[in-house]
Amino acid sequence: MTGPAAGTAGPQAERHHDRHRRQPVRVVLAKLGLDGHDRGLKVVARMLRDAGLEVIYLGLRQTTESILLAVEQEDADVIGLSIHNGGHLTLAPRMVDAVRAAGLVVPVVVGGIVPDVDLERLAEAGVFAVLGPGASAAEVAETVRAAAAARRI
Amino acid sequence: MSLPDNPVPGGAESHDDEDSPRARAEAQWRAAFEAAPLRDGAFETMSGIPLAAVHGDPPYPGQFPYTRGIYPSMYRSRLWTMRLFAGMGTAADTNMRFKRLLEAGGTGLSTAFDMPTLMGRDSDHPWAVGEVGRAGVAVDTIADMEDLFAGIDLSGVSTSMTINGPANILMAMYIVTGERGGTERRRLSGTIQNDILKEYQAQKEYIFPPRPSVRLVTDLIRFTTAEMPRWHPVSISGYHIREAGSTAAQELAFTLANGFAYVEAATAAGLDVDDFAGRLSFFFNSHIDFFEEIGKYRAARRIWARWMRDRYGARHERSLQLRFHTQTAGVSLTAQQPEVNIARVATQALAAVLGGTQSLHTDSYDEALALPTEQAARIALRTQQVIAHETGAPSVADPLGGSAYVEWMTDEMERRATEVFDHLDKLGEGSILEGVYEGIANGYFTGEIADSAYRFEREVNAGRRIIVGVNAYTEGDDGDTPILYIDDDVEAQQLRRLAEVRRQRDAAAVTAALDTLAAEAADPTVNLMPPIIDCVRVEATEGEIVGALEGVFGTYTEPAVV
Repeated sequence: MTGPAAGTAGPQAERHHDRHRRQPVRVVLAKLGLDGHDRGLKVVARMLRDAGLEVIYLGLRQTTESILLAVEQEDADVIGLSIHNGGHLTLAPRMVDAVRAAGLVVPVVVGGIVPDVDLERLAEAGVFAVLGPGASAAEVAETVRAAAAARRI
Repeated sequence: MSLPDNPVPGGAESHDDEDSPRARAEAQWRAAFEAAPLRDGAFETMSGIPLAAVHGDPPYPGQFPYTRGIYPSMYRSRLWTMRLFAGMGTAADTNMRFKRLLEAGGTGLSTAFDMPTLMGRDSDHPWAVGEVGRAGVAVDTIADMEDLFAGIDLSGVSTSMTINGPANILMAMYIVTGERGGTERRRLSGTIQNDILKEYQAQKEYIFPPRPSVRLVTDLIRFTTAEMPRWHPVSISGYHIREAGSTAAQELAFTLANGFAYVEAATAAGLDVDDFAGRLSFFFNSHIDFFEEIGKYRAARRIWARWMRDRYGARHERSLQLRFHTQTAGVSLTAQQPEVNIARVATQALAAVLGGTQSLHTDSYDEALALPTEQAARIALRTQQVIAHETGAPSVADPLGGSAYVEWMTDEMERRATEVFDHLDKLGEGSILEGVYEGIANGYFTGEIADSAYRFEREVNAGRRIIVGVNAYTEGDDGDTPILYIDDDVEAQQLRRLAEVRRQRDAAAVTAALDTLAAEAADPTVNLMPPIIDCVRVEATEGEIVGALEGVFGTYTEPAVV
């Protein structure tokens, strides 16, 4: 935690904003449910780490509850969900709904195999962005940073 | 030098000393070749040039250490099995796909199960929501297995089942399906993957901790050794290790190490190595670096033969011969300009054939997007048929043997694999099995694989490695490839089917069978196949059987390490 020393800063909101701006973006990476394809998630974890983000890697077989718990405990800015089993239309909206139900504002970014025709439905469901195969390291880091920035406005 | 099909009139080879090692190898090869059946076909080039069955130096194909192939005649006797993996939706949906593949000239069936089935969970388990029938077929009970193979004569096909954690349960379901359809278990032919070690290393579809899981593997090996002479009880798989990001040499090394581990486990369970080793089979990836792949297959045969003879004391020739299935690399398929994948798959399939594979699955070009459409799966099969019937590649065994580059690559693959075996042998203090357990526990395998995957990704990102359509030549991606959609109704249908089975079965019989299984699981000397078959007969679900075993064995959670 690198916030300003107590009593030296201005109003509460400004101090809050400042604290966030100076901290690296924190992202929770996880797979929901049974899908065991974790190659992509591990590569993304290293890409983000190398780009200077803080990665909380939960890995396989997580539930919306275990992800939310990590988000709260780690004060994470973004949730990265990797989905390679065709279940994105079920799993991703469920994660978004769970975040909202918990009263949190934490954008969900989806990575994996998502056919183009499903992109609109995921956007309508509140998914911040979808990163498909071939997304570069720079695109991945930019997208997660943009998601974190969206949260902080 | 080339060896003709028939003895050369007039002693064309008479300049060789008849007692030289070379002359002896040649005479042995010729005798073995002549004893082998030949398929119909003109073994000549399209211009009419007659072709000898093998060229180059001994040891010849069919001769120890089998670097050049396990059969003296290779594809002149029989082409590889063109086995296409299929599975989606309900059992009835997949049954239709199976029948069409057989009609189209496929010669073996290969079953893909959905994720809940692979993980030992019923379709009505909370984890299963959204995954039922999605990436494979849903099988909860014997009723689903019977639907899956309805109208297919199980004595006339060989079936491959890709299942690991719950392999014993699905095997039991297949046995009972055969029984009810009039095919006794001793006549059932096929392969079950049943390779749990690579799950902890790469594919991550484990249920129980490693040691009780390996006990289940050896139970299945013991059971099929005694009762199912036409069944291959383990398909030791490098495919998933490679897909998870390993290099070719790591795929080779980890896979063979797992094979040695199963040999050690089965002999520790009381089997003689020659009783089961001949029915172990392997499953490798065929990636896009053509010569590296061919070197990998050749090295795999040589290493297996030497280790089985010298370290594990196998004496039967069949125990020394590494047989393998190949699948083209799913991970090499691109979502961008997906039609280009047809060229990748053809190249990879040719590498597998030149490397001497016994069976082959070619991926469909649309599989980076979704499960394959029927049209895409047909093109994949046709690709194999072009290699088999048009290219002439199957006419000559090990056609690249003797190439300085290919021989060097083969040696290099062996050298790199040997370094891994030495490491595991030390970790396990003289036991590869213990070394593999330790490597799972200390993150050796997952760490090595993740390192390789990241290195590859960085090379692509930096443009040092070109992937056509992804980081170069990207124009022309029209993005309108037709893809397969799994009906949302599949899950509802499967849930109704499962509820119906649960409703009409004898609940007391199910409870009794599950209790017996749990009691037997607590005794490590009992073979669990018979009590699992009893559970299946009374229509216990896969999830219930797994639950009974979990009560004894516990479950496995991997440490989350990046």
